[in-house]
Amino acid sequence: MEYFIQLLVNGLSMGFLYALSALGFVMIFKSSSVLNFAHGELLSIGAFIFLVLAAWAKLPIVVCFLITLMGCFTLGFIIERLFLRPLIGEALIEVIMLTVGLSFMFKGLMLFVFGGNIFDYPAFLPEALSIKWGAVTIPSVYVSAIIIGLIFLGVFGFFFKYSSQGIYMRSVADHQPAALSLGVHVRRVFALSWAIAAVVCAMSGIVLGIMQGINVHDLSAMGLKVFPVVILGGLDSIGGAILGGLIIGLLETFTGGYISTSLREVIPYIVLVLILLIKPYGLFGSVEIERV
Amino acid sequence: MKRLRFRPCGNFREYYEQEITIFETDFGRVWVWIGLALLFLVVPFISGPYVLYVITGIGIAAIAAIGLNILIGYTGQISLGHGAFFGVGAYTAAILATKVGSPFWFSVLAAGVVTAMVGMVFGIPSIRLKHLYLCIATLAGQFILEYVFVQWESLTGGAEGIILPEATLFGLNISSDRSFFWVVFVCFALMCWMAVNLVRSRYGRAFIAIRDNDLAAEGMGIPKFRYKLLSFGISSFYAGFAGGLWAYYTMSITPEPFTLFLSIEYIAMIIIGGLGSISGSVFGAIFIMILGEILSWVTEYAMNVGGLAGMAITVAPLREFVFGLAIVLFLIFEPRGLAEVWRIVRSSFRLWPFAY
Repeated sequence: MEYFIQLLVNGLSMGFLYALSALGFVMIFKSSSVLNFAHGELLSIGAFIFLVLAAWAKLPIVVCFLITLMGCFTLGFIIERLFLRPLIGEALIEVIMLTVGLSFMFKGLMLFVFGGNIFDYPAFLPEALSIKWGAVTIPSVYVSAIIIGLIFLGVFGFFFKYSSQGIYMRSVADHQPAALSLGVHVRRVFALSWAIAAVVCAMSGIVLGIMQGINVHDLSAMGLKVFPVVILGGLDSIGGAILGGLIIGLLETFTGGYISTSLREVIPYIVLVLILLIKPYGLFGSVEIERV
Repeated sequence: MKRLRFRPCGNFREYYEQEITIFETDFGRVWVWIGLALLFLVVPFISGPYVLYVITGIGIAAIAAIGLNILIGYTGQISLGHGAFFGVGAYTAAILATKVGSPFWFSVLAAGVVTAMVGMVFGIPSIRLKHLYLCIATLAGQFILEYVFVQWESLTGGAEGIILPEATLFGLNISSDRSFFWVVFVCFALMCWMAVNLVRSRYGRAFIAIRDNDLAAEGMGIPKFRYKLLSFGISSFYAGFAGGLWAYYTMSITPEPFTLFLSIEYIAMIIIGGLGSISGSVFGAIFIMILGEILSWVTEYAMNVGGLAGMAITVAPLREFVFGLAIVLFLIFEPRGLAEVWRIVRSSFRLWPFAY
């Protein structure tokens, strides 16, 4: 029973991390219908900027956070401006492949600079954040991940529902030409969504980095982990991303704990195929209805 | 004997057959024969073992790339599992050759057929999914197949892999570089010929209709799902066939090469070469394979230069960086790929000294 509860807690915490890293992905998809294969690399860029500031330049943590977030915001703008803008209106596969190309470029660059080693942040999370409950403990990293996840969920929920930029984003994702003809500044919306997504990625990259150390390979592999999560929840649903993350996290931990550790890595994908056959748009994804 | 036509002069097509002809003028036909003659009779004798190895690799990659182009470029179904399908072919050929002791031609053909069936299984989600969701479903296929390669040890040998016997064809040993080159390129020429003819047939036109608008295609009476599955089947047949050849060529296989990176390499080939173009897939295969070889030279060179030896580990990422950069630059500056470049070059030669 204790084993079960520990697995449950581990699974839920893992799930929240997945959910957190899936948020930036959903941001980009929701506002520009681009499937971002460079997601893992965006995570690691954020994590490494923070590493440079916190561990090597030894700035105060709050300043590090602010600079990282601003840097990633700018980076998102630059990515959109340099690489995605020329492809507006091109076929889907070309946009997807562009993000694949970007992911190779970023990964190569980061390996150039930092190599394949594992780095650690200086400890800065207060121990008071960790929760002890009987024999089960939740480390402070997970607690902060959960808090950050909940904050983002709330902020984005409101952002998409009520703010004018959020509504523009939804309209652009829905139908680009219609949004353009009604006077939505589509390019600005794209740029903003990439910038915000890069910020979200940086946040989740930092949390992941605190938890498992910062390593280019591990963090970029996280970018592929995100796919089952977001597909399960539905590509354009933020709540779905959170729920998908939790389900995948639990699934992985329980498979690893009870069946076999080697199956752990593929079980999300097997479930993914089954889900897609039954419910093609995921649990909460909006169903596309096509008319000719 | 009919009069050969060498110079096109305006559009004089009167019949539908003239519209879908492969060679507009006999000039192209003559060049293809010259090219084939050079490829088979000159190239194997003037190139050293290393160049021959690279060219054979290009031939095998080109077969797989043509298959992927039929699926992505003509039918519009994005697949991220082509590398794993290539692996399925390689494993099928290897298992047949070692466990059953089947001859070379049978193992390679069977590799194609088995992979076509596996590919069709992973194509089933296309009944309800399109675009991004299908793309992810095939990504899942890639990971599941990779898992099977490693875990089904009794059949695939796990991480140890399988060692193949030498290839023989009709009693002749063809495992030497030069004879294998001929075998690969005979297959390559046949597969090209089949693909070129496929895409201008009824089936190819149905594929293109599904790519352009699947609902409209269905409205016009094309059974959408059946053709999508067929496209998956054909494309995986090409991948599996190439995989079978590759297994015999390298003589030993492990699960390592058949990763997502290989799938993406194939997609990069057809994007750089040109989507929806058979010759484009060949150009793309040439480009990517040669780029890979050049980069490994550079890396090796940099490792051996005295002062840089300490930096050796940091030079390796160069490969990934340049690879990504090539994809990005092509997508931004020449999204129609090398096939379009080739067309522009050709027509400017033909039209010289006029601009059009």
